[in-house]
Amino acid sequence: MTAATIRAAAPLVRSRPTGRVSFVAGAALLVALAALLPLGFIVWVAIQSGWDTVVELVFRPRVGELLVNTALLVVVTVPLCIALALALAWLTERSDLPGARTWAWLAVAPLAVPAFVHSYAWITLVPGLHGLPGGVLVSVLAYFPFLYLPISASLRRLDPGIEDTAASLGLRPWTVFFRVVLPQLRLSIWGGGLLVGLHLLAEYGLYVMIRFDTFTTAIVDQFQSTYNGPAANMLAGVLVVCCFVLLGLEAGTRGKERYAHVGPGSARMQRPRALGRLTLVCTLLPAVVALLSLGVPVATLARWLLAGGAKVWNLGVIGPALGQTLGLALVGAVLTTVIAVPMAWLSIRRPGRLQRLLESCNYMVGSLPGIVLALALVTITVRVALPIYQTVVTILLAYALMFLPRALISLRSGIAQAPVELEQAARSLGRSPTQALWSITLRLAAPGAAAAVALVFLGISNELTATLLLAPNGTQTLATAFWSLSSEIDYAGAAPYALIMVLLSLPLTWLLYLQSRRSAGR
Amino acid sequence: MSLLDIRAVRKSYGPVSALGGVDLNVSAGSRTAIVGPSGSGKTTMLRIIAGFEAPDAGQVLLDGAVLADGAQSVPAHLRGIGYVPQDGALFPHLSVADNIGFGLPRHAPQRTTRIAELLDMVALDDGLMDRRPHELSGGQQQRVALARALAQRPRLMLLDEPFSALDTGLRVATRKAVAQLLSAAGITTILVTHDQAEALSFADQVAVMRNGRLAQVGRPRDLYLRPSDPATASFLGEAMVLPARLSGGWADCVLGRVATDDTRRTGQAQIMLRPEQLQLEEVAKTGTAAVKDGCLGTILEADFCGPVSELTVRLAGDGIEQLLRVSSLGANAPAVGASVRIWVVGQAHVFA
Repeated sequence: MTAATIRAAAPLVRSRPTGRVSFVAGAALLVALAALLPLGFIVWVAIQSGWDTVVELVFRPRVGELLVNTALLVVVTVPLCIALALALAWLTERSDLPGARTWAWLAVAPLAVPAFVHSYAWITLVPGLHGLPGGVLVSVLAYFPFLYLPISASLRRLDPGIEDTAASLGLRPWTVFFRVVLPQLRLSIWGGGLLVGLHLLAEYGLYVMIRFDTFTTAIVDQFQSTYNGPAANMLAGVLVVCCFVLLGLEAGTRGKERYAHVGPGSARMQRPRALGRLTLVCTLLPAVVALLSLGVPVATLARWLLAGGAKVWNLGVIGPALGQTLGLALVGAVLTTVIAVPMAWLSIRRPGRLQRLLESCNYMVGSLPGIVLALALVTITVRVALPIYQTVVTILLAYALMFLPRALISLRSGIAQAPVELEQAARSLGRSPTQALWSITLRLAAPGAAAAVALVFLGISNELTATLLLAPNGTQTLATAFWSLSSEIDYAGAAPYALIMVLLSLPLTWLLYLQSRRSAGR
Repeated sequence: MSLLDIRAVRKSYGPVSALGGVDLNVSAGSRTAIVGPSGSGKTTMLRIIAGFEAPDAGQVLLDGAVLADGAQSVPAHLRGIGYVPQDGALFPHLSVADNIGFGLPRHAPQRTTRIAELLDMVALDDGLMDRRPHELSGGQQQRVALARALAQRPRLMLLDEPFSALDTGLRVATRKAVAQLLSAAGITTILVTHDQAEALSFADQVAVMRNGRLAQVGRPRDLYLRPSDPATASFLGEAMVLPARLSGGWADCVLGRVATDDTRRTGQAQIMLRPEQLQLEEVAKTGTAAVKDGCLGTILEADFCGPVSELTVRLAGDGIEQLLRVSSLGANAPAVGASVRIWVVGQAHVFA
């Protein structure tokens, strides 16, 4: 078929350049509005309770106490995490540390252990552990990988030419590190620090076990004792303000610099620095960290599983819990990814002011603790949509709102793999717009979508707080089953659930590790 | 015979006008280069021809058939126009063979033979068939992109700066190979580029674009030697624009008496000379008076650049001091301070 015959049959059609976009924009707008529900709820509660009640509930010693606790936790834990992650990243990426690849993987692996399983391990090992020191210790061990991942990836990407230049300008190695390398890691440090901070605000199980009161534990206590009282809602309001303070701090101090390899030519590879006589001492750091963050959970689990023997493997209970977890996680992950598509599409193909606004709505709500979303959804469903109260619909909605940002980030990088030029090339080769979308864009974006599903799956299968509050009666996931058993001090009985959660998370954590290495081009 | 007709095409994005009424004819089998600075609208023009965008007004006709009439437009996939974008845009998930065969029906007879033919046509080795795009060099990627576009036997081929990502040496070789290949296949070609040398050497017809309009269209030699205005002149290459007094085919200017390409005009005008038209020789310092043609000057600066030396010359003369940049053979250029005679070879162009 020649060009002439194709063209002879070709009809003139009115081009609608904006058609698909406005549909997508509409969908994205809808999702962003749904995401704003919890925020609207907080505002609505504040207005409905009236100023006097708000003052009475918010300005009292108990709130001050919680605020101090939470602030101390964040202020102590985040810098410790940064220092630890930075040291590990430098050792594994820039030095000739023996077995660097293994240590790198061991620095990511603690992510496979849910935070409340970390504290379960520590509380059985050191029963006296409690309060701020205990909270900080377990938090650092559970969350430092969130900083290690981005920092090590950035370290790999840095252009060594810049460091060589600094050295040639007369800076000594340490000075080069602090004046040249560290500033370039700023974006990763800030981003990772924010992530850790938000987790500290949102975590429930970890701190209950270690007997350390934060806003989140207090809200759940309050909710369980008085059900849907204004007290819990007001505490949630303060927690939301805390989150926004963190977000604002990060956004305000992040800066706008571009830290990339600037100029033509490809970046050279790094040359590792010889540790020399310090090798042994330096190997101690990753070894001790791995021992504390992985050795302790593994040893504890092994101990309880041995102590419990065969009788803790009550398959009649474990089987359904596993099934429900997998079911909820799979449906929730696919649903979340699907509703993230319009937003991700807009942000790559039609970036603009509206898109940035919508996207920031999603990120803001995704950064709220699960407890706040859960409270909001409980109240809204009870008042407005009773039929879906305590149904699968509500819990899936909560999951979608919580994990939307994770899905967005992966989907965005997926869609960015398929630039519009490729679609155009396909169209100039005779594919219709829909065919081009299907055979090129969706095909290339598929790995990103799969990563999005996997990340959300991981999040849901270890989620505790929202599931405790929202799941339909009779629903028991691995996390909630683990929680109820360990609350009854049946540590041996809880061990199989913890083991299954860790085993479920391991492959996805491995993928995350591989992805971070690949994104750095290796 | 004209294959592509573009009539009064306009396009704007919001308040920004990208094309402000463009007319262009491209004859069958020819090579046209659209050249202009970035932001001049040349890529928009190419995208309208390809069908990725519809014009706001105006018509695009291919061989008499209407491709676009205002916002009514034949979609890109029904046009059968070949398109090679700047970076090749090879599909990263497909092998070289599958990239080239992308536009061929999957069960077409002799599909594999055809792909091998196309590879051969763009002078690539058969062994590359199973490679992935990231395993190819930049030049190879562009050749595969060209083969992919050739597969559907287009009668019009659009090249969107396809050589600009290549190294200098490779760029020239690839450009030559592509030009020969397309000529041999009898495919009408439109090349968009911001590189004037590339446009001049590649095309039979060059269209200079500026601010969404075609400033001048014509044969490369005509455009280079007889540009319509100083802006076009300096865009196509280094140009010296001098005030002069015309009479009877001669112009009197700071360089003395120079022949022009306009025998009829008289009075004040602007003339243009290309730097390579200036010749220069060293003279004895004393003889300042009698020069039969050209003018005298002193070398102020000399930059040795290998084959040529770039010289800055102060012209001798009363009144305003005038500086001139002249190239001379690098090997035996006069030294700084030397006296030189400068004269013009060929005709000066007179701006309308």
